[in-house]
Amino acid sequence: MMDKFTRHEGVAAVLLRSNVDTDAIIPSREMKRVSKEGLGEGLFAGWRYLAGAGRQKNPGFVLNQDGYQGASILLSGPNFGCGSSREHAVWALKEFGFRAVIAPGFGAIFASNCVRNGILPLVLAAGQVAKIAEWVAADPARNRVVIDLPAQQVEAAGQVYSFDIEPGARQMLVEGLDSVALTQTRWDLIQAFHERRRLSRPWLY
Amino acid sequence: MGLTLFEKLWSEHVVEAYDDGTDLVYIDRIFLHERTGSIALASLEAQGRTVFCPEQVFCSMDHIVDTYPDRTDETTMPSGKEFILATRRHSHAAGITLFDLNDPRQGIVHVVSPEQGIVQPGVSLVCPDSHTCTQGAMGALAWGIGSSEAEHALVTKTLRVLRPKTMRVRFDGRLAPGVTAKDMILHLISTHGANGARGCAVEFTGQAVAELDMEGRMTLCNMAVEFSAFTGLIAPDEKTIAFLRGRPYAPAGALWQQAADYWRTLRSSPDARYDRELVIDCASLEPQVTWGTSPQHAVGISACVPAADGLDAATAESQRQACAYIGLAPGQALAGLPIDAAFIGSCTNSRISDLRQAAAVLRGRQVAKGLRAICVPGSMQVKAQAEAEGLDQIFTAAGFEWRASGCSMCFFAGGEHFGYRERVISTTNRNFESRQGPETRTHLASPVTVAASAVRGCITDPRELLQP
Ligand code: SF4
Repeated sequence: MMDKFTRHEGVAAVLLRSNVDTDAIIPSREMKRVSKEGLGEGLFAGWRYLAGAGRQKNPGFVLNQDGYQGASILLSGPNFGCGSSREHAVWALKEFGFRAVIAPGFGAIFASNCVRNGILPLVLAAGQVAKIAEWVAADPARNRVVIDLPAQQVEAAGQVYSFDIEPGARQMLVEGLDSVALTQTRWDLIQAFHERRRLSRPWLY
Repeated sequence: MGLTLFEKLWSEHVVEAYDDGTDLVYIDRIFLHERTGSIALASLEAQGRTVFCPEQVFCSMDHIVDTYPDRTDETTMPSGKEFILATRRHSHAAGITLFDLNDPRQGIVHVVSPEQGIVQPGVSLVCPDSHTCTQGAMGALAWGIGSSEAEHALVTKTLRVLRPKTMRVRFDGRLAPGVTAKDMILHLISTHGANGARGCAVEFTGQAVAELDMEGRMTLCNMAVEFSAFTGLIAPDEKTIAFLRGRPYAPAGALWQQAADYWRTLRSSPDARYDRELVIDCASLEPQVTWGTSPQHAVGISACVPAADGLDAATAESQRQACAYIGLAPGQALAGLPIDAAFIGSCTNSRISDLRQAAAVLRGRQVAKGLRAICVPGSMQVKAQAEAEGLDQIFTAAGFEWRASGCSMCFFAGGEHFGYRERVISTTNRNFESRQGPETRTHLASPVTVAASAVRGCITDPRELLQP
């Protein structure tokens, strides 16, 4: 069972770059254990910490700046989460405390990984993201973003923005479903398909 | 109206369709590797779940293992041994096939799978690795997934997936000598952007694709994910079938004929409609090289770092950051730029024909003084084949290190890597920040371009070194 996502209000961090890849979200060298845990500290490590200085914080990076403490929503540019399929990127965001990423588009594997871990990949047009980002940046601690997933709406900058999401993904997030258990309810169908395929494509078995 | 190849393959695997546009898709085969597969298998065990059909599941050790000739379970990467031991233990417990460290079949998953005949035309195959799209070159439905999806596929032999849209990219004309599949895909991505194929399964067609060997087709499909495609694929033809014949997991005897007859039917109908179509002219294509930190930052090798004029704010800002990171300014020429290191390897360009092409440039030549040059064959089979042809001698005589197989310095995980801010010309697929070492500056190019640049010590048009 994962955390349900219905309505969420939080501080939004602004990282308006395009093509933020999963290597940047969690560098390979931060993936130290055969585990989904212990990754939050490595989140954005290449940007969050100063080069070659252990864990000394880079004051120029958004998550180290005043007003963005406790951020749970990330605003970013197009193609967020592109690159490597590493689910560690999502586990790191989650452990750090993020519940949603708002961007004009996502790497497909990343978006699917998000949904399976209770994080909402929320698509808004680039212009809308830019507008919200500007409003947030004016007073990040106070200008909090509200996401209502069942209603498919974002409240920010004095406006309400609607967004689209596949119903299956929405259901999984809202109800906190375990996708394996869900699919196992279709077991008879799968088993029958498997047996038919053994006959139609025998060279594969 | 007829169907596209992708639509045919997809519908053949749909167990159940849902009205939100997703389908429950049957997965024929699953590949894992020790970096992400270990976590998926460990997580299953922790939940008391089991693998449904272990005889259709394969695993390779490639990401974390060292590529020194005398490697052991100990790794240069900190805590790498933990991944190796966990993968071995969980693979044995689950009853899946493991291509372990000292197995002569070991190598990078996307090289091993076609080489062993595990991926075949018409199969659906997934792997928790984004470059699984490489295997679409065999006419298969092959795509990369996350670890949770891998758990789902291992337990249920299915995945619930949003049905992708279809795109056709037609590469017209013939490639000039010294221009390769790598240049085709870099050019495509730079022309249409790193998210140019978002949500699409991309079929590559056209004369230039038909003329590629199977290895070149794998290079092309490999970087479909860098184009944000769901996957890439190429319709099987006689080259595909000849490639598969006699491979360990390929069908044999009467089943071979039955399978080959089926494979010959796998192509898009002439009247099939794609959601999107692109055409690239290959006749005028130059060797490509990247200047920045995204594969879309590729240009012809005679070009300069582009100016940010006329770009939207986010793209201009990314371009500015890329220039700052890579240490270049708009207007600067790529050719002639001094490099510290050259790398030939990775699932993009480490197959036998890649090594043959690079060796043709290196024969009788030496890499520039002070330059570090490394060649990592994609599998131990590729390595053995290259050694049988004497290619290893050409590489080592030129001053290249000749390695055992694995992902090696394609990516930096805290182990072996290129030096701080070193400039590397590389046959890999990602020039992301710090991908090959701390703040390393990676320039992506083809094996011939990398070989030529290694010889000159600066980014070099390979055509200057190829025999006329
Ligand atoms: S060679 Fe590089 S890109 Fe390919 S699977 Fe290994 S790490 Fe990934």
